[in-house]
Amino acid sequence: MSDAKKFMYINRKAPYGTIYAWESLEVVLIGAAFEQDVSVTFMDDGVYQLTKGQDTTGIGMKNFSPTYSALGDFEVTKIYVEKESLEERGLSLDDLQHLVWEDEDEDYAEKDSIRLVSRAELADVLAGQDVLFNF
Amino acid sequence: MAMLHLVNKSPYDTGNLNTASGIMKEGDRLLLIEDGVYGAMKNGKAASLLNGLKVSVLGPDLAARGISQDKLADGIDVIDYAGFVDLVEANDKTQSWL
Amino acid sequence: MKLTIQVNEGPYQHQSADTAYHFAKAALEKGHEIFRIFFYHDGVNNGTRLTTPPQDDRNIVRRWSELAEAHNIDMVLCVAAAQRRGIVDDGEAERNGKDATNIAPGFRISGLGQLVEGGIESDRLIVFGD
Repeated sequence: MSDAKKFMYINRKAPYGTIYAWESLEVVLIGAAFEQDVSVTFMDDGVYQLTKGQDTTGIGMKNFSPTYSALGDFEVTKIYVEKESLEERGLSLDDLQHLVWEDEDEDYAEKDSIRLVSRAELADVLAGQDVLFNF
Repeated sequence: MAMLHLVNKSPYDTGNLNTASGIMKEGDRLLLIEDGVYGAMKNGKAASLLNGLKVSVLGPDLAARGISQDKLADGIDVIDYAGFVDLVEANDKTQSWL
Repeated sequence: MKLTIQVNEGPYQHQSADTAYHFAKAALEKGHEIFRIFFYHDGVNNGTRLTTPPQDDRNIVRRWSELAEAHNIDMVLCVAAAQRRGIVDDGEAERNGKDATNIAPGFRISGLGQLVEGGIESDRLIVFGD
């Protein structure tokens, strides 16, 4: 295989109303096996995917929000959340799940996966990627 | 590392054009396709989002919607599907703001 | 250049399957290589041979099949998305006990890894959707 590419999965849709969020997460999980340099972005309505306290019992759909906390186990440790998207929606990091990963090189120390970035910083992050997956 | 940004929704329906124009960097290009072409019309409020950007629009989508070229904001490049392919090749990667 | 094209929406409801087709055709005419066309989400509905559009309309499914045959293009329907939406080939019918198949010529059903591989092996990934 060629050298690892920088893969970015960009999530911009809210969960449940449409299937894009869930089927995007499926790509990220499958893609983890390919040993690329993976990052994930949540922006626009995509930030709603990460909110705490989702309970889908009443709508009879699968609640896939716990799966985000497993991303660290799949070595998906770079999760970008756009600050402006949160602010426009009256949200802060406290409204989102606390996503962590364990750093093997530092005796499995728990580290934050979420990186809060401004739109301008996100533009730089996106510019540095090789492949963008759009959902 | 120039990027091609695709917008396929009317700016009067979704915020996709707004997001794209906010993320675009110098050297990037915006291509309006499908219902995104409504964003290219000079008399629309959304035309201000295009200020300072390199913008192309897909001609077949304009024609289908009855938009003549004299209604477009200044400096917009009208291309066909072959031109679309050329833009994908000329930029390192493509971002579809769906 | 080598391209992977992702199609996220079904035929007729959205223009994306049409745009993807015209783009693919233009790319081939210019001598580019299409490594794979990957159909995801409702895009898997592009791969049912049971559609009967009116005679005076374009036949989106047949158009894909003809393009694949003429240019030997690998067209993949995501298996998870296809199972959810009832797009079935012989293997899927046997595995899941279905009494019929409906996959159109030129398409095959495979995993999401095929999309990721497209991202790795191609010079460009381009996504058409809603």
